[in-house]
Order: sequence, then structure tokens, then C-alpha cells
Amino acid sequence: MFYMFFGTIVYALINSVILALMAIGFNLTFGISGVANFAHGAFYILSAYVTWMFLNFAGLPFLISAIISILLTTLLGALIYRFVLLRVRGQALSEVIATFGLGLAILELFRYFGFVGFEYTLPVFIDKSVMIAGTYVDMQRILVVIVGGVMVLALWLFTHHTAIGLAFRGIAQDERTALSLGINSDRIATLSVSLGAGLAAVAATIIIPLGSIAPSEGYDVLIKSLAVCIIGGLGSTGGVIAASFLIGFAERFTDSYISSHWTMIVSLAAILVVLTFKPSGFFGKQKELEERI
Amino acid sequence: MENAELNPKSLKKRRKERIDRGIKIRSNDIFAVCSWREMLYLSCPRLIPTVGILLLPLVLGVYWQKVYLSVAVFALLAISWDILAQTGMISLGQALFFGIGAYLSGIANHYWGISPFFTLPFATLFGGLICTLVLLPVLRLRGIYFSMVTLIIPLMLVRVIEATRIFGGTEGLSGMTSLPSKWLELYLISAALLGALFGFRRLMDSDYGLVLKGIRDNDRSVINAGINIYLFKAQALFLASSVGAFAGAFMTHVYMFVGMPVFALDYSILPIAAAVVGGPGTLAGATLGAFILVPLSEILRGIGGLRIVFYGLFLVIFIVALPEGIFHYIQRKYHHFERWVEVDQ
Amino acid sequence: MGRGGSVNPSPLLKVTDLSKYFGGVRAVHRVNFDLREGELLGFIGPNGSGKTTIVNLITGFVKPSAGNVVYKGREVTALAPHKRVLLGMARTFQMVKPFYQLPAFKNMIIPLYSSRLKKMVGGKYGDRDAMALDLLEEVGFERDARVAYKPASVLPQGYLKRLELAKAIALQPDLFILDELFSGLSLAEVASILPIIEKLRLEGKAIIMIEHRLKELFRIADRVIVLNYGEKIADGKPGEVMGSDAVKKAYLGSE
Repeated sequence: MFYMFFGTIVYALINSVILALMAIGFNLTFGISGVANFAHGAFYILSAYVTWMFLNFAGLPFLISAIISILLTTLLGALIYRFVLLRVRGQALSEVIATFGLGLAILELFRYFGFVGFEYTLPVFIDKSVMIAGTYVDMQRILVVIVGGVMVLALWLFTHHTAIGLAFRGIAQDERTALSLGINSDRIATLSVSLGAGLAAVAATIIIPLGSIAPSEGYDVLIKSLAVCIIGGLGSTGGVIAASFLIGFAERFTDSYISSHWTMIVSLAAILVVLTFKPSGFFGKQKELEERI
Repeated sequence: MENAELNPKSLKKRRKERIDRGIKIRSNDIFAVCSWREMLYLSCPRLIPTVGILLLPLVLGVYWQKVYLSVAVFALLAISWDILAQTGMISLGQALFFGIGAYLSGIANHYWGISPFFTLPFATLFGGLICTLVLLPVLRLRGIYFSMVTLIIPLMLVRVIEATRIFGGTEGLSGMTSLPSKWLELYLISAALLGALFGFRRLMDSDYGLVLKGIRDNDRSVINAGINIYLFKAQALFLASSVGAFAGAFMTHVYMFVGMPVFALDYSILPIAAAVVGGPGTLAGATLGAFILVPLSEILRGIGGLRIVFYGLFLVIFIVALPEGIFHYIQRKYHHFERWVEVDQ
Repeated sequence: MGRGGSVNPSPLLKVTDLSKYFGGVRAVHRVNFDLREGELLGFIGPNGSGKTTIVNLITGFVKPSAGNVVYKGREVTALAPHKRVLLGMARTFQMVKPFYQLPAFKNMIIPLYSSRLKKMVGGKYGDRDAMALDLLEEVGFERDARVAYKPASVLPQGYLKRLELAKAIALQPDLFILDELFSGLSLAEVASILPIIEKLRLEGKAIIMIEHRLKELFRIADRVIVLNYGEKIADGKPGEVMGSDAVKKAYLGSE
């Protein structure tokens, strides 16, 4: 009984970090810079497949493949901004449709070409397990927690203490003022989309080894990232953390004590509840007029 | 709409001029009744599709008649999407309306044996009501949240059905009664399509429609006119979701089956693609888009999953490159002609 | 009902200790004032002194941090903005954003659709068009030049401001709040709008005008309130207010 409880807690913690890691890329682009990139999940999966291809077709070592993939995904993010988002900039809903369509095309393309199956997976960094509080936890998961923690911290420092980071937040809050302060909104937006994509790639590199690569996972990543960002409050890194823990724990406990079918439902129900009662999320800034149309 | 272009050969600028066609001007006011040509010019755009839609079922073979049913259903979903879009709500989950309508009529028929003549109106109205109530909390928020929630709910419902195994679970419900005759099927959906197309078109062109469009363009201004925008948004939502629910209920009786696939992404994505390709902001454009994309995807059926890839790509390309859609393009050509004009500097 | 005649003893609008804080910023701090029917009250002050925030607070677009608003004897502090319009408040926006592709008179349809006018319009298709044209003529859209039929995108600022005013008049309010109506207008344009406002005042309407154009405002204002950093620093007749030291200091600091 105890073991199950502690085991659930340990895995809940890990799950929370996984969610946070997935969501920070999305949070950076949408929450902080106001650019909607609904192809986030697609980037996640895409980068995993690219790494896989370099690993299996080019025979490169995993780390190199991963790094190349991350860089390529970041570049792709910039290209997406330049060729797609730039033209529909400002019309948030067109941004959603365009990026969603793109993400859709990417994911379904992989599904069509048959990239589905257990052989599509990425190797773990260290193939060992440790015993924590009576449960076996593999090193990869510990790595996830470490990397996740580092990335979130790095992001927080970036957006609060560097010039570029502050510029990111500037164009989300008030684009006109940011422009008049000499911040080149397009360049910053390009940067934020590419960085968001890159973060998705990093997350994928660490998390995918826990399972296998599947296009349907792309939709899940998008939805979970959305959930975390909405509940935590768009634009707030602290909110992302809090929401990730909330959902992460809720999911794991539902999985252990009720049934795995209900896990997704819990997160989605959480979104609806938060949207009804506190639409700006837990830590979101009170932008009254903008949240309440 | 003008287009200035610096011609490198000379320092003269060119610009594109758009001028009404002679016949458009002549048919503008009372002069339209002066001659048959003018009246034909005006009525053609309305007559051709109407007659076309009414005649189509008669000339198509059995296979393509089934495709036509799909076309009409997707056209309805696209119209529903467009109504919401014109009010400022972008729905990423038309499948929600479709699925709820499908299940309502399926349940009524399967468990209580109610005939389609009653399940259809029941599913339409009740489906619209349920969807509106569920989405009510989100109406007060920025448009993006509406899009996100509509994306998420159908996916959630699929999981709920899978988990709780209600209403047939993963197997779904089968053995519904179908409509009495194939011709009734074809003409019922045609009538619904034409009714929705012309009816809602008239609604959106009226003052009521102006209020809805105002909500999209400048909601503060509309609030400032003493109008409760949430009430109007809810009304638009009810109308749109009823249309979607009808489409779902109809399909349940055509296929005599309802199951989790009714909440599939297809039903959410294709209507958006149809509206975007055909011309967002006009219901005729949405219908046109459906008439283009659905048969296209049938023809491309051999390529299976690639279909959705194409929808996705279409979405991106059209929204970025041809945001006005095909319908507007045709409309522009029909009413105006354009030419380049030299402008002296 | 004329100004100065049988005036209602209790004020139309009573604002008490109204405050709004955004994080650490004091946008509006403990502002108090009354407004009577037929009175034209001017709100002036340097940029950022909280004038537009006060308008948003009174009309309900922003919730106050403290204080309350009483209109026609009713506590409306928490009332939704569209409901306040139905009670008889109308405002114009500083940044005029009409529906550009529509002709000017079509822009009037939405206010005319309001339920405040439901009884009068009766809902027949087409009647609103006639009312719109009449209203626009009253604010100076020359009927024979068919200015009202032009799309809003080709109209100069003077006409757009008048359109904005007409939209407010259409609602038949008892309280007008005009947010920088004169901004961006030439002297001639301002001179042509002043009579319209004067006429409204003679009809017994209460008017609040936020303005930077002091000379023009003082020609018609009964009273002026000066705001600085969200606080009221003066309240009285235009002449006496401009003579006060606090006001001079506030303006010298920013101009």
C-alpha cells in the first residue's frame, strides 16, 4: 500500500516535469510572445523522427543526431515564421489555423509513410535503474527531471533577466509600445518561434526514449501543452510549473487509483474548470479587458 | 483595390484599377428589370447552384450519390463553421456538433425506437442546446480559448466513451433504422443545404448579421451600443451547432451506425479547409469549398491517410496566399474587371 | 427640459472615492464628483492622469479597485457595461474605429439595434436605415451630397468623429461621455461640432468631455475637473480652475 502511494508520488513528480518540459516551448512562443504555434506537437515528433533518421540511416551517434535535429527544428521554426506566420501576423485566429494545418500535415505525413511501430524509438542515455522510495526508477527519468529543471530555470532567467527575454515579453503585452521602443517585433517573434521549436526538440530528445515515437503523440503533446499553459496562465513560467505539477499529480493518481482511461479526461476537465472560474490561469496577469472579451 | 508597381524600365508607376462591369452597373437599381440580360446576370449566381444541387442527385450514379451525401453534410458543417467565424468564434471542433447530433439521434433510435422523422429534429434542437450550454462559459473569453476548448472537447469525449463504454463504447451503436428511401435521403439533405445556405445568408446580410459581424470586428463598440454580446454569441452558437447536429443525426441514419469515429478530427478539419479554400466570410464560399474538397478527397481515396495531409496543406496555403478564397475570387471576376493603368509621376 | 429650469435635486451621476490600481500603479485614486442633468463637465489633465481610466470605470469596462458609481440613484459599480448603456449612458471612444468597408450609415445600424430602442424601431427591415440617415444629417452629414452613403474608409477624421457622436446620440442617452472628441480635428471642424453638443445640453443631457483642447472646451463647459496622476486636483468653473496654482504646476510640468 505504501509502496504504491510513494511510487505514485515519485512518478507523479516525473510526470510533472515531463509536462513542464513539453509546455515551456509552447509557453515561450504563445504565452510570452503572443505568437500562436499550434504546430508545437508536430515539431516535437518531427525532431524525434529526424534524430531517428540520422541515427539509423546515417549511423551517427545519438548525441550528434540529437543536436543536429534540435538545430534543424529550431531552423524550421524560423522558416515557419518567415513564410507562414509573418503573413497572418496579428490575426491570432489565422495564426492558429495556419499552424494547426501545418502541424496536421506534418504529423499525418509521418503516419502515412508508416513511421509507426516499436522500432521507432530513441535510445536512453543511461540504461540503468535506481531504487527510490521502494520503486524502481530508471535513470532516463531522472535525467528528464534534471534536464527539465535546468531548462525551466534557464527559461525563467532568460525571460526575466536578459534583454532579449524582456523583449519577448514586451511584444506580447503591448506590441505598439515595444515597436516604439525600437524592439524589432518580427525578429523577436522569429526568435521566439524558433526557440519554442527548439525547446520542443530538446523535450522530445529526452522524453521520447521513455516510449516510442508515434504521430498521435503529437496531438497529445499539443493538448497537454495547451492545458498546462492555460491553467498556469499564458506567459507565466511559474504558472507553467504550478500547472504541470497539478496536472501531473492528478494524472498519475488517477492512473494508479482509478484507471488509465480517465487520465486525459482529468486534464481536460481541469482546463474547463479553470477557464470557467479563473480564465487568466493561476498566475496569469490580470489582463481584464483582454481575457474577458 | 490598387496595386502600385515600379516598372524598372521607365520611371512611370502602374497601378491596378478595378472597375465594375457594365452589366453590374446596369443591374444595380431598378434598371435590373429592364432587360432579360440584366435579370439573368443577377439571378445566375443563385439559380445555377440551386438548380445544380436539385438536379445533381438525378444524374449521379449510385457511388457518387453517396459521395454527394458527404459533400452536402460537409457543406453544412462548413456553413456552420463560417457562421461562427463571422461572429468571431473560430471553431476547431465541428466534430463536437456533428458527434453530439449523431449520438443523440442514434441513442433515441437505438434505445427508444423513435423513428428518424422525430430523432432528426430532436437531435438538431437538443444537440444545439447541449453544445451551446457546454460552450457557454468560454464565450466570455478571448477567441483563442474558444478555439482551444472546441479542439479539446471532442477528443475528450472520445476518451470518455472509450473509458466508460457507454452508448456502445468502442463498438458503437448499430442497426439504426434508415430513412424510407434513398431519394428522401438525397433530397432531404439537399433541401437542408439550400435552406441553410440561403436562409443563413439572408440572416447574415440583415441587421442581425451586422451585429454578429460587429462582434467580431469591434466587440467593445457593440457592447457600447447596449447590446449583450454574450447573448448574441450564444445565439450564433446555437444556430451553428444545430446545423452541425443535424448533419450528424442525418449521417447516423444514412450509415445506420454511430460510434466514436463521429468525433474524429476529419469532421473538424475538413469544414475549416472547405471554408478557407472556398472563401471565408461567405456561406456560398464554404459550400463551394465542400463541393471541391470532398469529391477531391474521394478521388484521392487511394492515398488513404495522405488526405489529411492535403487538408492541412490546403489550410496553410490558402490562409496565407489566398485568404479571400475561391468564391471571392470568382465573385470579383464576375462583378468587376481589372486592368493595369499607367500613372504619370 | 431646459438647463436651470426645474432641475432634479439629486445628481444624475455620483462618483465616490473611485480608485483603480494596476499592480503598483495608481491609475485613479479616490476621485469624487457629482454631475447633474444638463451639466457639461470637462475632464482635463496631462497625459496619463487617468482620464480614460475614469471613463472606463464609469462605463463599466474596467472594475474599480475601490469606490462606487451611482447613476440615477442606482448603484452601478458592478453592473455590466452593456446594461449601463441600457440605463442611459453612452460614450464615444478616443480611437475611432468604424467598420471601414461599410457605408457610414450602415455603421449606425448596430446602436440602432440596441434594445433601448426596440420599442421605437419596431424591427421592420429598412426602418433603421432611415433613422440612421436622419441622425447623420443632424450631426452634419450633408444629405444632398450623400456623404452618409460613402464608405467609412474614405471619410476624413471630422466626419468620423461626428459618426461616433451620432452613434452615441442614437442610443438616446441621458449621460454622454465624450472621450477626446476634438482630437485630430481642425478649428473649423471643432467649431462645427460645438453647436451639436450645445444643443444636447439644452435638451437636458448631462455631458462629460475629456479633452486636451482647453480653449474649445472652456467655451461650453459649466465645470471642469483637473486630474493629475489619478487624483482630482481641482473642481470648479473653467476660469477659477485655470487660475489655481496646483493646476498650473501640473501643466507646466508636462507642457
